[in-house]
Amino acid sequence: MTEFSFWDILRNLLLAARWTVLLSLVSFIGGGIVGAALLFLRIGGRRWMRLLSRGYIQLFQGTPLLMQLFLAFFGLGLFGIDVPAWLAACVALILWTAAFLAEIWRGCVESVAKGQWEASASLGMGYLQQMRYVILPQALKVAVPPTVGFSVQVVKGTALTSIIGFVELSKAGSIVTNATFQPFTVYGLVALIYFALCWPLSKSSQLLERKLNVAHRNH
Amino acid sequence: MTYHFDFGWLIDSLPVLLKGIRITVQLILIGAVFGVALGIACAWVRALGPKWLRPVVATYVELIRNTPFLIQLFFIFFGLPSLGIRMTELTAANLAMIVNLGAYSCEIIRAGIQATPRGQFEAGASLAMTPFQAFWHVVLVPALQRIWPALSSQIVIVMLGSAVVSQIAAEDLTFAANFIQSRNFRAFETYIVSTLIYLALAILLRQLLAGLGWMLFPRKASR
Repeated sequence: MTEFSFWDILRNLLLAARWTVLLSLVSFIGGGIVGAALLFLRIGGRRWMRLLSRGYIQLFQGTPLLMQLFLAFFGLGLFGIDVPAWLAACVALILWTAAFLAEIWRGCVESVAKGQWEASASLGMGYLQQMRYVILPQALKVAVPPTVGFSVQVVKGTALTSIIGFVELSKAGSIVTNATFQPFTVYGLVALIYFALCWPLSKSSQLLERKLNVAHRNH
Repeated sequence: MTYHFDFGWLIDSLPVLLKGIRITVQLILIGAVFGVALGIACAWVRALGPKWLRPVVATYVELIRNTPFLIQLFFIFFGLPSLGIRMTELTAANLAMIVNLGAYSCEIIRAGIQATPRGQFEAGASLAMTPFQAFWHVVLVPALQRIWPALSSQIVIVMLGSAVVSQIAAEDLTFAANFIQSRNFRAFETYIVSTLIYLALAILLRQLLAGLGWMLFPRKASR
């Protein structure tokens, strides 16, 4: 039997953390794109669009991410494709992230005063022009801190993909534990690596929020 | 796609599902009560408690909020026994949920407490209230009233997050679903059903918490 040194454990975990980072990035960017589409449906003019996106958001916010992962894993399989774990993980995480981002961003768009809509409409702007030149530039500023804050949830959410067999930081933790019988050290290190990934994001979200509040107070 | 959906297994599996639902409900009830209590205690420490304890609580809150629940659960269930602390799956699951909700609710409640003007606290003291009475009546209750919606959402999030306790073999709803699908080979249908049950539980819990808030805080917010 080979012996594992502390350095061996740490190196293996750090190598696996690359996949956590990559999956987080893919989910966040993909979720952002789908979330933006949902946002436009959510605040758009047609009633059925609003209902559809509201239903989608409620569904994804009201069910466990783990179940969504299982459904993606087994549901995609129904189409006769051999589903690799990474594909199911990406699909589920993108859809889940999109629901939350759309809801966060809706709050930001609605925080823009109603008069701004009316003023831009009175200038003869269409819906897309209003969004592009008046509403979004203002909403975007409000949206940055909570969006950065939510990215922490995405990083933590990727831990669940270990359950459907995607080998990232958490799964590597389980594998290394099974090989070394040192759960305390291994899971402690795994937690610290997650902390090192998430804490800068949390902190910068807080700082951004404070900075933004200062701007608000001076208005 | 020539896949035929089959829900015929549902009747036979009902007892297993119901047991899973019972455990999930039990986990969240215990988790919510003790988790919020822990959150209140931590919020008190951070706002008004002894100075030396504040960094300890702050570290706890930051550590929990920036690591996944799954890893906290594994650490408690697999890691702590090497320090001689052993517990059953359900106890570990409950402990993890309490510790997790404690950290999140601490931050939420602290935000509510900070919104209470300092002068109100002094006014309470001038009415000969003890510091505890002043904290309870003047600071805590209005703070809870203010942040009740955020706290309710967090409790629902913890309930949905509890799906992962099946990974340490705590026999909750997800565990029941895993068990059933390993018998009937109808994974997709089984997870659809359990997902819908979770959705119903989430909606129910949200209504319950809204009702509780309405009962606990009947007065209009006096701001």
